[in-house]
Amino acid sequence: MSQLLDKPPTATAAPSGLSGPADPPSDAAPALSPADLAARHGLTVSGARPSLPAYVRQLWHRRHFITAFATAKLTAQYSQAKLGQLWQIMTPLLNAAVYYFIFGVLMNTRHGVPDYVPFLVTGVFVFTFTQQSVMAGTRAISGSLGLVRALHFPRASLPLSYCLQQLQQLLFSLCALVAILLAFGVPPAPSWLLAIPALALQFTFNAGLALVMARLGAKTPDIAQLMPFVLRTWMYASGVMWSIDTVLKDRHLPHAVTVLLEANPAAVYIDLMRFALIDSFHAGRLPDHVWAWAVGWALLAGVGGFIYFWKAEETYGRG
Amino acid sequence: MADTLTKTTPEAPGPRATTAARPTEDRTAAAPEQPAPTVIADAVDVVYRVHGTAASGRGAATAALGRIVRRRGRGGEERGVRTVHAVRNVSFTARRGEAIGLIGTNGSGKSTLLKAVAGLLPVERGHLYTDGQPSLLGVNAALMNDLTGERNVHLGGLAMGMSRAQIRERYQQIVDFSGVDDKGDFISLPMRTYSSGMAARLRFSIGSAKDHDVLLIDEALATGDRSFQKRSESRIRELRERAGTVFLVSHNNKSIRDTCDRVLWLEHGELRMDGPTAEVMREYERFTGGKA
Repeated sequence: MSQLLDKPPTATAAPSGLSGPADPPSDAAPALSPADLAARHGLTVSGARPSLPAYVRQLWHRRHFITAFATAKLTAQYSQAKLGQLWQIMTPLLNAAVYYFIFGVLMNTRHGVPDYVPFLVTGVFVFTFTQQSVMAGTRAISGSLGLVRALHFPRASLPLSYCLQQLQQLLFSLCALVAILLAFGVPPAPSWLLAIPALALQFTFNAGLALVMARLGAKTPDIAQLMPFVLRTWMYASGVMWSIDTVLKDRHLPHAVTVLLEANPAAVYIDLMRFALIDSFHAGRLPDHVWAWAVGWALLAGVGGFIYFWKAEETYGRG
Repeated sequence: MADTLTKTTPEAPGPRATTAARPTEDRTAAAPEQPAPTVIADAVDVVYRVHGTAASGRGAATAALGRIVRRRGRGGEERGVRTVHAVRNVSFTARRGEAIGLIGTNGSGKSTLLKAVAGLLPVERGHLYTDGQPSLLGVNAALMNDLTGERNVHLGGLAMGMSRAQIRERYQQIVDFSGVDDKGDFISLPMRTYSSGMAARLRFSIGSAKDHDVLLIDEALATGDRSFQKRSESRIRELRERAGTVFLVSHNNKSIRDTCDRVLWLEHGELRMDGPTAEVMREYERFTGGKA
């Protein structure tokens, strides 16, 4: 019972069956509308956005994919290089060396900052973590359109996976950092354990920010071209290579600027990390309520970013 | 037709877990009854929007910024955006156990329709209802050339939503089916060292390792040597028996004839013909001028 259609079938036409001559449409009872037929058999609309709890559950089911994807990306990164995975540690070390040469030696920002090298390297590594997470997040959807268009999975897997890759990268950097700390005579202390909650909060913050950027970048991929400039400005304002509290002490800046500098999430996470790792960076150099800021930023970005990303779940990779 | 089904099978509105058993039940309950539908397309239109085609020839960045500004400004019809009406008013009902071929000349909307069924493209008008989540047989995008075949099997399996245990269980099957190891221990080498045929075989092998309710295949059989094509065809028959419905897009009329029992013929995005393979293929071959 095939039909040759010169015109497209009308919307109300019964779906054409295939089972041959046994059931000509004429002897059937009034045909069900497609919607009724779908409802009767429990069919659902393809590609609809799941509810927030269902989305979280789907994401949890994909946790192995998220980690495997992150590890695979990390491994694939240097697989063509002769030195291979050694670059995981070489890259952050070279980065720190460049910053030390420019800011420590040429511009002498080190003046008045004790343990300048550990101070600088911690700042560079911690900020790089946020910076790279944001950059990776911006490209997470727009750069993986093939994957998004071919397979079905909660799209938040991608930005989260990229953030996880950055976390793994940071852990390599931290190995280098520990070597630097010991080499510059910073003694190991129990306070080093504070690095764990500080990193956990920073990871949550980064993930949230990456989710926001992923949605923006999916809509307008050009943002990826703009982000390096935004991020560089952010870095210079975050006290990566200069000490915020030393600068604030000497100058009489308006109160709003002081608060803004101290509440800056990147500065908060950098300061916490320095406080945890460097003994000369004592609690007196931390801004007020720094842990509250750290938790607040993590919650705001993490929860807000996740919901913001989920709201557009069904639109990624389309059109 | 289908409305007699619920009258004779009392548990019809029951949980979806029983669907696998239902086609046989239906047959015993009402002899000429059809199996349960898995995909229902109701007057589906799919429209692509292509950005950055403004005649002014500006770069993508300025055009995009301009779009953002304009959207905030008015929010009416966007300029510099062209629409491609890829699928027009297509309706069909696919049922459990069917293998459906999609044919048509290049650019007739076959792949687009498949992506819409998979829920990867939005439907402009009309509705698409599916049983569970149809999956495209295309795991390619999740695989990484710099990783070994072995790691790609795991990564691809996870990307398709298999559990680690399922992958371990089927790992050997996947490798054996792909035949990658026939000429030495290639599975432990990075995929970039594979020949294109080998890589394609491994991809098909990974992609077809999962049981799908509704499986969508886009030109997958065109790759690999003749013996692998034979194996993939039998794999598709297997999947069809185990799973629900298989959709196959192909320009190879023979593989359509070998695997499908029903064919949808699309032309200019419109459904031109829908029926048993032999009939539709005869018309199609007449249309395209001889056997392709």
